[in-house]
Amino acid sequence: MRKDMVTSPAKLRMAAPTVPTLHALANPTRFLRLARVCTPALLWSGVVLLAIGCWAGLTQTPPDYLQGDSVRILYIHVPAAWLGMGGWSGIAISSIAFLVWRHPLSQIAARAIALPGAVFAAVCLVTGSIWGRPTWGTWWQWDGRLTSMLLLFFVYGGYIALARADSERGGDGRIPALYGIAGTALLPIIRYSVVWWNTLHQGPSIGLTRSSIAGSILWPLGFTMAGFTLLFAAIVLMRMRTALARTKAEARLRRMARA
Amino acid sequence: MTAKHQRLTLALLAVAAVVAAALLAMSALKDQASFFYAPSDVAKQGLPLGRAVRLGGMVQAGSIRRAADGVTVHFVVGDGIATTPVTFAGIVPDLFRERSGVVAEGQFNRDGSFTATNLLAKHDEKYMPPEMAGKMHETRTLEP
Repeated sequence: MRKDMVTSPAKLRMAAPTVPTLHALANPTRFLRLARVCTPALLWSGVVLLAIGCWAGLTQTPPDYLQGDSVRILYIHVPAAWLGMGGWSGIAISSIAFLVWRHPLSQIAARAIALPGAVFAAVCLVTGSIWGRPTWGTWWQWDGRLTSMLLLFFVYGGYIALARADSERGGDGRIPALYGIAGTALLPIIRYSVVWWNTLHQGPSIGLTRSSIAGSILWPLGFTMAGFTLLFAAIVLMRMRTALARTKAEARLRRMARA
Repeated sequence: MTAKHQRLTLALLAVAAVVAAALLAMSALKDQASFFYAPSDVAKQGLPLGRAVRLGGMVQAGSIRRAADGVTVHFVVGDGIATTPVTFAGIVPDLFRERSGVVAEGQFNRDGSFTATNLLAKHDEKYMPPEMAGKMHETRTLEP
């Protein structure tokens, strides 16, 4: 692929604007050099932002007029929901990159995202359940939002099992990648379930431009949102580095066995 | 068009098709996926008699009446178009109050009223401190 870019100037013009940074990062050595620096930076800035957000959310904000103090679980629940869904978007984008450009690194990225994504989807479900008991009066109801989020958690499980089975059987990774694209169907369903269907879950509080949460309650959410996101990115980078190191070790063991 | 561009086009088309299919299915499932009947749905489609259903809407202002036995509550659920009177005997959730959302589980009666076996509170997407909500909503909190 890189060879034909060099040989034909016309193709070079055509191919060059398509995400040059992604192509540069696709080189594992260059990626590892960058990841070694980024991982601790992301991890610790995430931890600091998260600590500020949790402290502020627990002590600095007023209670809600209707729910009282139970509204504070929002500072965990909303970032968990965002990362559960954002994680799957990451799997879908990595899967497309893998199918189109055949970069092995994008496959490693998708597999690294799957487990933390599933964990955050589970955190979203558990915190939502805990929040639902004092506010709605129930731990669980099969309404559109709750059910579609539970499905996303199961779909994560399916991806993890499929990706593992694929690499155990020596597959080329295309089937998990297609599954990663197909699972995207759940994202608009989760997003619009509370808008289009009658649900127990309330409508979206945070839009692109405005929010129906009062500013004095909202502001720590920015910290926990950013903190969890940076933490998530750090975990993904750690998992990618581990996967690369394991591949390298296995290759070395194979070479030693042959010699 | 190189093979790479072909694959990119195919992949993006696949994503668009998957998302469009999901949205189409959602609009088609609107009735089946509903968590509850609104009073205006019942007025339009007739009473779903003889089976357990949920009725949802806003508790109308000034409609909550407590019976002399201390456990039975009468109130009216409305959605801005139609209203339904509801009877419930039991413990109501903390957030059950007038001008707030409620989902009642139970059965419709022949006269169009609703007998609930369980109540769920449904709050809206607005969150605000008590001072902003004003005196209309007295709040209970752990703070003294």
